[in-house]
Amino acid sequence: MNFALNIFTVLAVAAGAFFFLAGTVGLLRFPDVLTRLHALTKADNLGLGLIVLGLLPHAGGLLGALKLIGIWLLVQLSGAIVTQLIASLTRQDGSRA
Amino acid sequence: MASFLIGAAGFILAMAALGLVRIIRGPTETDRMMAAQLLGTGGVAALLLLAVASHTPSIVDVALLLALLAAFASVAFVRSTVSRAAPSSDATALK
Amino acid sequence: MTVALAFDIGLGILLLAVAGWAVAACSTYAATIAFIVYGLLLAIAWVRLFAVDVALTEAAIGSGVTGMLLLSAAARLRVIEPAAVAAGTPLRIAVGISCALISVALAAAILFPPDVVFTLAPAAMAHLPESGLGNPVAGVLFVYRSLDTLLEKAVLLLALLGVWSLAPDRFWGGIPGLQVYRQRNAILIFFAQILPPLGIMVGIYMTWVGADHPGGAFQGGAVLAVMWILVMIAGLRDVPPIGQRWMRLLVVVGPVVFLAIGLAGFALAGAFLGYPAGYAKPFIIVIEVTLQISIAVTLGLLAAGPPERIQPQ
Repeated sequence: MNFALNIFTVLAVAAGAFFFLAGTVGLLRFPDVLTRLHALTKADNLGLGLIVLGLLPHAGGLLGALKLIGIWLLVQLSGAIVTQLIASLTRQDGSRA
Repeated sequence: MASFLIGAAGFILAMAALGLVRIIRGPTETDRMMAAQLLGTGGVAALLLLAVASHTPSIVDVALLLALLAAFASVAFVRSTVSRAAPSSDATALK
Repeated sequence: MTVALAFDIGLGILLLAVAGWAVAACSTYAATIAFIVYGLLLAIAWVRLFAVDVALTEAAIGSGVTGMLLLSAAARLRVIEPAAVAAGTPLRIAVGISCALISVALAAAILFPPDVVFTLAPAAMAHLPESGLGNPVAGVLFVYRSLDTLLEKAVLLLALLGVWSLAPDRFWGGIPGLQVYRQRNAILIFFAQILPPLGIMVGIYMTWVGADHPGGAFQGGAVLAVMWILVMIAGLRDVPPIGQRWMRLLVVVGPVVFLAIGLAGFALAGAFLGYPAGYAKPFIIVIEVTLQISIAVTLGLLAAGPPERIQPQ
């Protein structure tokens, strides 16, 4: 059981790290600032979600697991809103310039 | 397991470091504003991995604080850029 | 070379690179962003050094509030920045050499300590349960070195007075000139309505948990201050004029209560800032709660800046 949980953690964390890699590649290679913003927010948040999923078995009880999920939800929420904020600002600047 | 988790945290920080290249080089101001997003998500992931790797639950609190502060830093960046970009055209945009 | 060592070395190199970016940045704005990034990464470094309390403070105050203050300062300097004269090369070389000497001295102090390293840590840990606290950092802050904490609060108050004194005389008591979004940006207003309840909960939790685990009044107060600044930036609440009675009361309630308990220590425990035996924890809780409120209001007002007008717009 322990071994199976460890395999699950390794796979989920590796998948999360892969999505962080994808997000960074997008940030470096995408042509437009809005696409870069999209790559950064979506891919990194998904990577964080997978990492949180992988760490849940080792979180130390139900309360610890809820805390991890709570942090992921907070990062999701703030990431989504901040992305909208930055994007609306960029569109304003673009239409003004 | 602990070594793997610390290695994953190091990899994620390396990805954040690569992303900083874009932040520094980025042609537009918007690229600089993404710094807090990048560090926020990457830093939270690295801290959560470190928390489990070292069996120290209090590091999860640092990740929580980092998430809140990174969001606030993004708002502060956006606010500063607005005041920089529109001194004359949008006089009603600022105080 | 273990994975942990490789991680630490990589983090150290990254910190040096970000610091180099902050020094070499073209504009003050870019340098401030570099400083905030540096602060966030430094929090991870503190975690690796097993100093979780310092990591919390670095993230909250060192990176969050100070970064916000620097951004405001950069915005004010924006007008004169093109006309600013760059420092001459001899001055830069002198500054660089003195910084390098300081770094070498610090490294020598850490790498080549005296033979007998004098430490009070075992004695501090041995007496900690008497105060009812479980976190040794809280023990140092509020039991062993509470005089330092009281003086730090006075320094924070003096800093606020210093910021206020930058205003011309005719604006004294007026409204600080915090740059807000006057455009009624709907996204920002939504953010400022959703995040502060969470932030307030986290702030109170940080202070409460600081008795037994890393945390405390400083970190909790900084989180509350950041939430208040967010609400003011979004335009949901007006920036209060600095002459308001209730606000000045909140600013001083922390240090005043701390001082009162300290003076009461003469009667109750025979020493300034002494706690009566068995009742240390309730007194410390009262101090921490009032301190958190004062720190939150003071940091928020520091970020708001000196008063710039009398009439609300």
